[in-house]
Amino acid sequence: MTQNDYSLPDERGHFGRYGGIFVAETLLPALAGLAAAYEEARNDPAFRAEFEQELAHYVGRPSPIYHARRWSQVLGGAQIYLKREDLNHTGAHKINNGIGQALLARRMGKRRVIAETGAGMHGVATATVAARYGMECVVYMGSEDVKRQSANVYRMKVLGATVVPVESGSKTLKDALNEAMRDWVTNVENTFYIIGTVAGPHPYPMMVRDFQSVIGKECIAQMSALAGRQPDQVIACVGGGSNAMGIFYDYIPHENVRLVGVEAAGLGIETGKHAASLTAGRPGVLHGNRTYLLQDENGQIIETHSISAGLDYPGVGPEHAWLKDSGRAEYVTVTDEEALAAFHDLCRFEGIIPALESSHALAYAARTARGLPKDRILLVNLSGRGDKDLHTVAERAGIRF
Amino acid sequence: MSRIAAKFAALQGQRRKALIPFITAGDPEPGLTLPLMHALVAGGADIIELGVPFSDPMADGPTIQRASERALSFGVSLHLVLGMVHEFRKRDATTPVVLMGYANPIEAYGHEAFVRDAQAAGVDGVLTVDYPPEECAGFADSLQQHGIDPIFLLAPTSGEKRFTDVAELGSGYLYYVSLKGVTGSAAIDLDEVARRIPLIREKVGMPVGVGFGIRDAASAARIARVADAVVIGSRIIEIIEQGPPQEAPARVAAFLREVRAAMDATNGETQG
Ligand SMILES: Cc1ncc(COP(=O)(O)O)c(C=O)c1O
Repeated sequence: MTQNDYSLPDERGHFGRYGGIFVAETLLPALAGLAAAYEEARNDPAFRAEFEQELAHYVGRPSPIYHARRWSQVLGGAQIYLKREDLNHTGAHKINNGIGQALLARRMGKRRVIAETGAGMHGVATATVAARYGMECVVYMGSEDVKRQSANVYRMKVLGATVVPVESGSKTLKDALNEAMRDWVTNVENTFYIIGTVAGPHPYPMMVRDFQSVIGKECIAQMSALAGRQPDQVIACVGGGSNAMGIFYDYIPHENVRLVGVEAAGLGIETGKHAASLTAGRPGVLHGNRTYLLQDENGQIIETHSISAGLDYPGVGPEHAWLKDSGRAEYVTVTDEEALAAFHDLCRFEGIIPALESSHALAYAARTARGLPKDRILLVNLSGRGDKDLHTVAERAGIRF
Repeated sequence: MSRIAAKFAALQGQRRKALIPFITAGDPEPGLTLPLMHALVAGGADIIELGVPFSDPMADGPTIQRASERALSFGVSLHLVLGMVHEFRKRDATTPVVLMGYANPIEAYGHEAFVRDAQAAGVDGVLTVDYPPEECAGFADSLQQHGIDPIFLLAPTSGEKRFTDVAELGSGYLYYVSLKGVTGSAAIDLDEVARRIPLIREKVGMPVGVGFGIRDAASAARIARVADAVVIGSRIIEIIEQGPPQEAPARVAAFLREVRAAMDATNGETQG
């Protein structure tokens, strides 16, 4: 297959050997109904028009691309350009998908939406769209994350959402996802489950990618206008993989553009305390799809570590697993320390406070830029803003508010 | 004939229905799994469903999640579970054992190695909750080749095509999940179950077990009137939890005896 006729997934959601639908029989009809509704919606010009309207007037798209000249100069190599998803309403790329799925929920007549969240950004995006469209909203969040991300918990509450702390398993994102699935299978008649990343059973990985692909589409037009050409590399952090799929997707046929996903190496891959599923994991089945997973030798999912809660997930979207095996994209890692250094660099040289998730992509860009000629271009997806992370960064520096 | 088929044939001859309790291997502690399995048989179990603990039991409610977590806290792996079945077989050569769990531990073990070792241990059936027929045709085949029955789930919402899939890939019995939701959920719709079972049995040509939401002797007896087998899970885990662990086998056996008596009292009243 050439990348030009890339048409994955197949109709049962497979990206090569990855993806698919691995759920109990009780969930299959709900997924089939969702796939059919989505298929109809995406072929309906009125649905697409409304999605675009909302992105323009509510989210504030298109988000700009900004040439980080000063930082590039300091690094002394390639030019770094930033796709500013941090400037979206609610401060991250998550809202693109939130709008898309909420519009689909409304079209399907569902009055209640649920979501899982780790750092809280997807929870906030879901609470936001639920308020916007007048829907009931329940967000599942691991009780460990509730403690770590109290500001976002309160944000969700002022937006009218109910936040349910999840006490099972490791009490983090993966357990929140399990609990949201259990809610969905019980309340499927009136409930729409808004998954926050390109994971889960088909059609979620495809649907979330499609909604996020607006990022890469805009980049292709913007880079032509701004730099007169496409970048040499497109770089994005990978948690579940939605901001990365969003910026990669339209670049897949551009064979001269390298696609680089950056995973969280935490304290270092060799310490075992990381969240780099593609780099250090093995294929397996979790959360409804087959993909690379961090697991022990008995197939139990293991706890992950990253300074950024949004990357702290033991799986990864199945399309990334496919892109890795096929060689079309490459996946690298960045430690907590490197991400923090890039965080501070961007603050001081460009006056932009990036999310810690996005700081992983920035750190890799900095590492790579240094060794490249000045006429090379690296395009980084700045997936979110860092206000939510100030607490974590301050704590690292020994500062208490 | 497989141990499961032989069991159902024998029960039919006696006009009795199968009682299938579920426990999680390694819960409340690994040393009690064998005593619990033998106690289940002593209490009247016809087949044992043995849960393989998994870190992310997405289709289970809080009760079975807790059981899984307790077992995992002792490091109970699929490898150890097969060892338990092997031990069980030394004293019980007739009661079928069905492993119930999730795909990932089996994939980590390796399909080929798993079916070989499961057969050697004396496993009779395997129910993999998150392997719908579309995703496991090859695995189901190799189970069959090793004399192990692939057991599948059907739900009230399952379409016609699913009956054909299950008839083609499955054997032993099929497990009709009588309500939407996770394991341990509340009441079941008995009328709906009674209406559906004869149709399902005819279409798939194998015995139909009903589970999810069966709590006591009375509800088990009502299900026994319409189904071929009654599966009880969360309620048994709760009984294991309620009291000193060492006495769990005795408590569970006493509960099953009540259920067994109520089910057998419906002898001859079969509607299905
Ligand atoms: C700003 C930001 N970037 C990235 C991520 C990681 O998610 P994904 O890999 O799906 O983009 C998150 C998740 O919370 C996030 O908030």
